[in-house]
Amino acid sequence: MGDAMLDVRDLKIGATAYPPGEPPQEIEIVHGVSFQLEKGKVLGLIGESGAGKSTIGLAALGYGRGGVEITGGEVWINGRDILKGGMRGLRKLRGAEVTYVAQSAAAAFNPAKKLMEQVTEAAIHHNRFPKSEAEARAVTLFAKLGLPDPETFGNRYPHQVSGGQLQRAMTALALCPEPDLVVFDEPTTALDVTTQIDVLAAIKEAIRDTGVAALYITHDLAVVAQVSDDIMVLRNGDKVEYGSADQIINAPQEDYTRALVSVRSIEHEEQPPTPDPVLRVSGITARYKGTPFDVLHDVSVDLHPGQTLAVVGESGSGKSTLARVITGLLPPRSGEIEFAGRTLSPALEGRSREDLRELQMIYQMADVAMNPRQTVGTIIGRPLEFYFGLKGKEKRRRLKELLDEIEMGDGFIDRYPAELSGGQKQRVCIARALAAKPKMIICDEVTSALDPLVADGILKLLLNLQKIENVAFLFITHDIATVRAIADSIAVMYRGKVVRYGSKSQVLSPPFDDYTDLLLSSVPEMKLGWLEEVIAHRKMESAGN
Amino acid sequence: MMRIPFAAAVGLFFTALYFLAAIFAPLLAPYGMAEVVGDVWEPSSATHLLGTDNIGRDLLTRMIYGGRTTIFIATAATVLSFTTGSVLGFLAAVLGGWADQLLSRAVDLLMSIPSLIFALVVLSVMPVTVPVLILVMGLLDSTRVFRLARAVAVDINVMDYVEAAKLRGEGRVWIIFREILPNALSPLVAEMGLRFIFMVLFVSTLSFLGLGVQPPEADWGGIVKENKDGIVYGIPAALIPAFAIATLAISVNLVADWVLNRTTSLKGGRG
Repeated sequence: MGDAMLDVRDLKIGATAYPPGEPPQEIEIVHGVSFQLEKGKVLGLIGESGAGKSTIGLAALGYGRGGVEITGGEVWINGRDILKGGMRGLRKLRGAEVTYVAQSAAAAFNPAKKLMEQVTEAAIHHNRFPKSEAEARAVTLFAKLGLPDPETFGNRYPHQVSGGQLQRAMTALALCPEPDLVVFDEPTTALDVTTQIDVLAAIKEAIRDTGVAALYITHDLAVVAQVSDDIMVLRNGDKVEYGSADQIINAPQEDYTRALVSVRSIEHEEQPPTPDPVLRVSGITARYKGTPFDVLHDVSVDLHPGQTLAVVGESGSGKSTLARVITGLLPPRSGEIEFAGRTLSPALEGRSREDLRELQMIYQMADVAMNPRQTVGTIIGRPLEFYFGLKGKEKRRRLKELLDEIEMGDGFIDRYPAELSGGQKQRVCIARALAAKPKMIICDEVTSALDPLVADGILKLLLNLQKIENVAFLFITHDIATVRAIADSIAVMYRGKVVRYGSKSQVLSPPFDDYTDLLLSSVPEMKLGWLEEVIAHRKMESAGN
Repeated sequence: MMRIPFAAAVGLFFTALYFLAAIFAPLLAPYGMAEVVGDVWEPSSATHLLGTDNIGRDLLTRMIYGGRTTIFIATAATVLSFTTGSVLGFLAAVLGGWADQLLSRAVDLLMSIPSLIFALVVLSVMPVTVPVLILVMGLLDSTRVFRLARAVAVDINVMDYVEAAKLRGEGRVWIIFREILPNALSPLVAEMGLRFIFMVLFVSTLSFLGLGVQPPEADWGGIVKENKDGIVYGIPAALIPAFAIATLAISVNLVADWVLNRTTSLKGGRG
C-alpha cells in the first residue's frame, strides 16, 4: 500500500429500511468495496442513483447520512484507520485533512454569512492557518478558480453571486484548509451545461495546482472522464469495473460499463415539415404577473403533426414559460396560438374540453405530477372517464392497452406511485397523456431527472409511441444529446428569445451563431481531453456567469 | 393482522369506554338523572359508587348522563367545525384572489375576538339550547380549522398533479375532494383529535359559567359548578368530572396520534 493516501478496504455500509406495515429491516447498501487513491490523483466514482456512490464518498469522511451506518471494513487516511479514532478523531479529520464539496452549493452555504467567513471557517477552526493567512489563501483560491474580483469576492453574500460562482466558492472552501483529500459530490450536476464547463475546468486546474487527492462522484461518465485519472463504476453497492479513465472509456470490459459509454446512441431520421402545422405559435410576448419585464419576446415556432420540436436553452431562457403559455396557464401579453387549425383562447378557462384533450403535458418530476393517494389505475383511468366516458370493462380494456404500450403490463393497475421506480413513474405519466388521444404532447424536461440508461428507455418509448399514435411532441430540454436523438426541428432559446430555429440538420450544422456554438460545444463528450479542447475554442461566456 | 401500539390501545380502550357509556347511558345509570336518592355529599358506598352530589343525586348517574351531553355536543360541534372550516379553507386555496382575501379576512376578524367572550355574548342574547350551543361553538372553532386547511391546501394546490388536473379541465369539486382532500387528511385528522378536546373544554367552561347546558340537564362542566363549594369541605365530587375530562382528552389524543402515524406511513403517504 505504501504511499496510498486513501486506502479503503472491504467497506460495508448498512442502513435501516422502513417498509410500510412491516417491522424495520437492516439492509446492506454497499457490499465490500475496496480502492486506493494516491496523492495528487483523482478517482471518479460513477453509477446510477442508488449505486452507493455518495454513500462511499461520505464514508471517506467517516460519515453516514440519515440512518446510514458503516458496518464493516477499514478506511485508512494517511496511515490511520479513521473508523477507529472515535468522534474526537473524526472531528480533527473533517474539514482539515478531508473536505467535502456538496451538490447544491446554494443549499450548503449559510445565506446569512459572507462568503469569506464561511470559506475560511474550517481552516481557522482547525488551526491550519491564522485568520489573515487563511484569508490570503482564500483570495488566491478565488483567483485560481476564475472568480471575478478575487480581492473583494469574499465580501459578498451567497445570494449575490451566480450558481456557477457559488459552486466554485464551495471548491475554494474545500481547498482552503489545505486538505489531503477532497470529496466532490456531483458538484456540477445542478448547473447548466454552459456553466458546468467553467466549473469543471476550474476544479480540474485547482486539483492539479494544489496536488490534493480527490474523489469525484457523478452519474455522468462524460464529465468524470474529463477530470479523473481512475474511474470506478458502481451498481447497487457493488463494484462493476475499476480501471484507468482511458481503459474505462475506450476499452470497457463489463456489459454495464459498455452500456453507460454508449448511452444516447438513438438514431432518429428527421422528417420534412408539412404544409399545415398542428401548432403555430406566432409573436408570443409574455411576462409573469407583478413583474416589470418580459420573459418571452416575440416567440414564433411551428410544430408539424407527428413530429418533434425541441426547445433548447439553459435555465432562465424561457423555455418552460413557453410551455405555460401554450397550455394556457399563463396568458400572453400579445401573440397568437393556433392549434389544429383553430385559434386557441389565451387563457385556460376559455378553452373547450376538446382543446384540452388534444393538448397534453408530461412533467419533469413524475413524483409530484401524480397524486400520491391515487393508484395507477385511477391516474391513467381518469382521462378515459373524463374525456370519453369509459366505464367498467371498456375502461379496464383500454387501461390494459395503455399499460402494454408503455411496456408495463396490467399488474400495475392497483399500485401507488410510491411503489414505482423513477422510470416507471414517468411511463405512467406518459400513459396518462396518451389516454386522452392527444394530437400533441408537451414534454417538459421529461428525462432530466432520470438516470442515463432509464432516460434512454423513455426516449425510445416516446419515439415508438410517436410512430404508432402519430402524436407531435414539443420537447423542452437543456440536453443537446437528447435533442440530437429525437428532434425533427429545433428552436434554441436564449434570454426569452428564439435565437436559432429550423430543421435539426440546419440548426446543428455550421455556421453557428455564438450562443448555439457555446451550447453545442458545452455538452460533455465521452472522450478524454475534450475539456481542454473546448476551453481553447470558446467565444463567449455563459449567461450563468 | 395489524398490531396496535400499547399507547394507542390504552387510548382506544378509554375512548371506547366513554363513548359507549355515553351511548348506553339510560341502561347503565343506576338511578334517574335528576332523581334525589340520598343525603347531600354522601361519601362513596355500595349504593352510591361515587357518592352523591350537592343536593343528594347519585354522582355516578350524573357523570354518565353528563358525559353523554358533553361528548354529544363536542362531537357535533367538531364535525360542524371541520366540515365548514375545511371546505371553506380548501375553497379559499383553490379560488385564490379576492375570494381568498374575503374569506381569510373575515376569519381574521372573527379570530381577533376572544372566542370565549364572543360565545358568552352570543349566548346571552340567543336562547341557550343544545342546537344553538353546537352552532355557536362549531362556527367559532371552524376559523381555526379554516386556517389549517387553507395553509395545507395552498401547498398542495401548486403541486404538478393538481396542475395536471386543471389542464385536464377538471372542475373545482374534483380538485378539492379528489386531489387535495386525500393529501390533506393527515394533518386534519391530527387536528381533529385536538379540536375535539378543545370542544369538551369549551362546553364545560360555558356550562361552568352558567351559559352552557342548563340544569337539571347534566354535563361535566355543570357538575363541577354544582359541586365546587364542596371542595372547601374536602368533598372530592367536583374533581371527578375534572378527572373524566382529563382522561378523555389524553385517550382521544393517543388515538389521534396513532391514526396520524398509520395514515402517513400508508403507501403513498407523504411521510
